[in-house]
Amino acid sequence: MNNTYVKFIAVLVLIAAAPFFLPLFHINLLSEILILAIFALSLNVMMGYAGMVSLGHAAFFGTGAYAAGIMAQNASANMIFTLAGAVVLSLVLAGIVGLFCMKVSGFYFLMLTLAFSQMVYSFVYQANQWTGGSNGLSGIPSPVLFGFSFSNSVWVYYLIGLIFLLIFAGLRVLVKSPFGQILIGIRENETRLKSMGYNTSMYKYAAFIISGVIGGMSGALYTYFNGFIAPSDVYWTMSGTVLIMVLVGGAGTMTGPVLGAALIVLLETVVAAYTDMWMLILGSVFIIFVIFFPSGIHGILQDTLNKWQKPKLNPDVKSVKREQI
Amino acid sequence: MECILKVDGVSKQFGGLEILKDLSFHVNKGERIGIIGPNGAGKSTFFNLLTGDLAPSKGNVFYKDKDITTEPNYKRARRGIVRTFQKNNLLVPLTVLDNLLLVLQRKHGISRTWFKIRNQKQYETLYNEADELLQRWGLKHQRNVKVESLSYGEQRQIEIMLGVATNPDVLLLDEPTAGMSQSETNYIVQLLHELPKDLTLMIIEHDLEVIFGIAERMIVLYDKHILIDDSPDVVRKDPQVNQIYIGTEGAV
Amino acid sequence: MLLFIITCGLSLVFGILGVLNLAHGSLYMIGAYVAFSITSTFSQSFWTALIAAPLVVAVLALIIERTLLKSTYHLGHLSQVLLTFGLAYVFHDIAKLIWGSNVLSIQVPPSLEGSIIVFGQTFPLYRIVIIGVGVCLAFGLWWMQNKTRWGAIVRAGLSDKQMIGALGVNIHLVFTTIFVIGGLLAGFGGVVAAPVLGLYPDMEFQTLILALVVLVIGGLGSIAGTLVASVLVGTLETFGRFLFPEVSMFLVFALMAVILVWRPNGLLGKQVAEE
Repeated sequence: MNNTYVKFIAVLVLIAAAPFFLPLFHINLLSEILILAIFALSLNVMMGYAGMVSLGHAAFFGTGAYAAGIMAQNASANMIFTLAGAVVLSLVLAGIVGLFCMKVSGFYFLMLTLAFSQMVYSFVYQANQWTGGSNGLSGIPSPVLFGFSFSNSVWVYYLIGLIFLLIFAGLRVLVKSPFGQILIGIRENETRLKSMGYNTSMYKYAAFIISGVIGGMSGALYTYFNGFIAPSDVYWTMSGTVLIMVLVGGAGTMTGPVLGAALIVLLETVVAAYTDMWMLILGSVFIIFVIFFPSGIHGILQDTLNKWQKPKLNPDVKSVKREQI
Repeated sequence: MECILKVDGVSKQFGGLEILKDLSFHVNKGERIGIIGPNGAGKSTFFNLLTGDLAPSKGNVFYKDKDITTEPNYKRARRGIVRTFQKNNLLVPLTVLDNLLLVLQRKHGISRTWFKIRNQKQYETLYNEADELLQRWGLKHQRNVKVESLSYGEQRQIEIMLGVATNPDVLLLDEPTAGMSQSETNYIVQLLHELPKDLTLMIIEHDLEVIFGIAERMIVLYDKHILIDDSPDVVRKDPQVNQIYIGTEGAV
Repeated sequence: MLLFIITCGLSLVFGILGVLNLAHGSLYMIGAYVAFSITSTFSQSFWTALIAAPLVVAVLALIIERTLLKSTYHLGHLSQVLLTFGLAYVFHDIAKLIWGSNVLSIQVPPSLEGSIIVFGQTFPLYRIVIIGVGVCLAFGLWWMQNKTRWGAIVRAGLSDKQMIGALGVNIHLVFTTIFVIGGLLAGFGGVVAAPVLGLYPDMEFQTLILALVVLVIGGLGSIAGTLVASVLVGTLETFGRFLFPEVSMFLVFALMAVILVWRPNGLLGKQVAEE
């Protein structure tokens, strides 16, 4: 346990110190990584832990982003207000969509989440007067908290970093809690959990909603960071990207999605300097991981670590098998 | 004697195929019932109807005089009707301890706790109970081993242990000793004998030696219905049972 | 009907291999682009394209199956789905690299230009021909699945992979063949659809999503279901576009959601083994 606290404080210090020695460009990159890491972590709750593979997670990201953006433009840029708006709206959406999605599983779940996210997308696309349609929303005012405006990107970075750490810590406790253990149980063998007396649908529904709400929060943060939202942030390619992040990082682990988000964002930035064939690269990287490293970056790290310090194996670490997700 | 389970005119059809037809009987608290019958007689289906894994096409199931026909499986499990599976049905990538804890944490009413990490320090009584059970089932040395790396017999043992761990009122064992070695079988039979006397046991089993050793009452399923419901002695001597059961299953 | 031609390959592959091929849309797109290259450069003939393009796609499918997909069979269905998902990304950029991102189109062959009058309504001849091709294809697939030895093997493969091996049939060969036929159908769909729907970047994702919707509505792995669903979705989309242009896609997805909730296995779907 102490080890965990040490690591956590180390990360905290690193995040806090980063602006003092990194140029602004890298700080922005780091902000983006952290936002997408939150987004990936949210998907991971339902996909990595509860075993529900979704291809429509962008719906929540978009809902959060647009909710925060629209409220900031038309009502108030107060952060408590916009963040709460994003949370409430994604909560409602997850609540409704979840009701339907809980009726199906496997590929059908994948398809149904995709369908709902495309419905959200077409709504965003059509509702010109609110969302700006295909042009998106721009010129969104910076978030304000207790009279303080997060107009400087370093401040926005600190805000994102703080929320990231809170969410990461919260989710870590969640997945290790009795509740989280039940989600893992459902992923591995839902029949057994039912015969143990668990109402598995309820737990899955709860996971779906938690996942959706945190996804919505990451969307809101994205709005604070970018000041601009495009409908492509709700499109299914966004869902695909976050799915790739989770899987490349390592589903069913806490560090995996964060590493995945970091890798994909960094890769995209590097690649963009040379070619616009980004999807080609992303697809190839993903294929390589699917075939050769099914347990993701986290798995690779774990293996190397185990080779280094063979005698001291951590019994808590559960390697996640791809086919069982 | 207190009637704990009552089945009233239950039938089950899959499409046009009839598996069970008009079954009626009742079970008293603490009874040890053996269920035998040739393959395809509907034994497992019969269990599924009792546990709520399947809904009957017709008829009703009562638990302590309450109609539970439409209750889903997880609610029945909470009432105390617990089953084990014919094929091992465990959470194989998890450790033995984790499997057991999942069963126990529901009993301890902490399943919805999401803000507290589940570890030895925070949930001492939970872990202690798990360790006691592992001790009693002779699995203590495998506590932190993943289920998938255990032998088939040990997995089978865990399967039954998970059923017992909930302190059920009615325990339904679906072929508990299937595929086990003779010594493993003896061990299981001994553990079953040690179960509390007020626990109601229903066992499907092909090993007649095992079942005659445990059961006080036998139900023979044959051709969609109950052929005999009587003491093991009667069943053992029944010529029809000898002919259909032993004839199709081979001598034991 | 176009939808049916596109979807039936997907349905075939999914129904038999259990692989949800998310690169199916990409194969379709490549079929269309290859046809474009053929018609606009050396041959000028739609008919050459109609034969050559599906073959090119089929070869591509063969390569994919032999090199990439094969190495994931032991990893389970999810890996395969993800693999094809990655492929879809790769093909998207390859197509952009070769054919650029302009909107292109293929001319309807001269012999099929013009229109005919049915029940007092004017229909372009080409569309009527497509409907005819679709019906023939549906019947052909149905016949193949239910009446031939091949079909029997394939249906057996659905229920029990080991048994097939025991019968002395090379199951890998069956898988490869099915995947290649799936690719062939995708390529064929691409050529046939090109004169009607045109060629543009992102076409494969639009088509894929629509095809997936059809697949799910019809029930995974059911040819008859796919047929019914394509008619249903096609009608809904066309009328939706005409009556409420803003919400036509919304309608299609709403239909899928309703059907999935109402009948979780699709209209005519059988129980599909979960992962």
